[in-house]
Amino acid sequence: MNVLVEASWVILSGTMISLRVFAFSFLFAAALAVPLGILRQSRNVFVRNAALIWVEFFRGISTVVQLFWLYFALPFFGISLTAQTAAVIGLGLVHGAYGSEVVRGAMQSISRDQWEAATALGFSRRTTLFSIILPQAFVVMLPPLGNSLVMLLKGTSIASVITVPELTFQSTLIATRTLAVVPVFTCVLFIYYAIAMAVTAAVRMLEHQFSRWRPHTASIR
Amino acid sequence: MAAAYRKYPLMFNFAFAMSILPKLAAASVTTLYVTFSSFFLALVVGIPLALLRRAKWPIVPRATTLIVDFVRGTPILVQLFFLYFAMPGIGIRLSPIATGLITFSLHYGCYMSEVYRAGLEAVARGQWDACVALSISRIDTYRSIILPQAIQPIIPAAGNYLVHMFKETPLLASISVTEMMFVSAEIGADTFRYLEPITVCGLLFLMMSLGASGLIRLTEKLYGRRWRRIWG
Repeated sequence: MNVLVEASWVILSGTMISLRVFAFSFLFAAALAVPLGILRQSRNVFVRNAALIWVEFFRGISTVVQLFWLYFALPFFGISLTAQTAAVIGLGLVHGAYGSEVVRGAMQSISRDQWEAATALGFSRRTTLFSIILPQAFVVMLPPLGNSLVMLLKGTSIASVITVPELTFQSTLIATRTLAVVPVFTCVLFIYYAIAMAVTAAVRMLEHQFSRWRPHTASIR
Repeated sequence: MAAAYRKYPLMFNFAFAMSILPKLAAASVTTLYVTFSSFFLALVVGIPLALLRRAKWPIVPRATTLIVDFVRGTPILVQLFFLYFAMPGIGIRLSPIATGLITFSLHYGCYMSEVYRAGLEAVARGQWDACVALSISRIDTYRSIILPQAIQPIIPAAGNYLVHMFKETPLLASISVTEMMFVSAEIGADTFRYLEPITVCGLLFLMMSLGASGLIRLTEKLYGRRWRRIWG
């Protein structure tokens, strides 16, 4: 227990870095996921397939390998990233690809009638997409968003393999230096679990907030 | 290999990439071995967990849910380190690869228990009632009525976890299991060329996971057809 008190600052700073990587890679992933999810349904065959290839590519390669590649191989092309930037970009790319499937699924769950009604009312495709389909799809996206966020949070631990001094990295240092393996890792597991619970609870609150805008999906009728 | 680097210092060197391919291919055997054996173990571990969650005594399902949620809510890498560093402390000395197998099968066993549960719950309530009405025994109900119908949604979900698991095996490099990522990093450290080994490693992962996804889709289609014929 003493070890934990002495190491509390290190653990705390590790937690902060984990949270930072989590937040930035979430923003990056979300910024990728929404356009990719939309492009996957483009009417243009080339755009649709390009988005599909992008998604399959980044989903197919292991996250660990991608982080390694960004951190160790990219310098050979003259681009040197800091470990944290590489982690954020890598996690963002992988989880953006995963997230695009969530976006696509949510958009496809919106009833076809919404498109037809919008066309009948003379809305352009763009207006229909941004003012009618996406707001409704957002509500459908929320429950899977909780899962994706927990997955991303767990993914941030992978940043430790490219020496980002986040929670997992710090915990292995403390554990190997003090040999207090069980208390340190138990504490770290509980920190991750607490963050995961908080994230899940936050998403559930959002879900509750937006529940009255839950669209009438095809399956309900 | 170091000579190859001095000869072609910059950019991607195909000759070098080809020369390390046999080493990586050999390491991929370890990767595949870990993936498939821990997947099989996870399939087994998931069964008692799923059954415990359906137990009649209320504390048992609640406690099981708590444990399963905890394991699913924490990173597998930390769990891996926990077992790797803590087990020698209580007198259990295992090879890194065995530690990896245990961690992966426990972690994904928890995921599988959820998959089984979802599969069982997807079977219409009326099927159970009908079995009671026809006085079919509990074992027969499971064996010939419930399980055949529960299997269909289980296949794609289990397949997804197989691919996930495969893509997480490089984490084992951090406890010095000589799988593909470990070998690539080792080649990089020996030759000061990281570009080729990591790129080749990534491409091997891409090929194999795309292949696996294809196989899963095929299995899904075959099983779907088979059960539709019986039930539809």
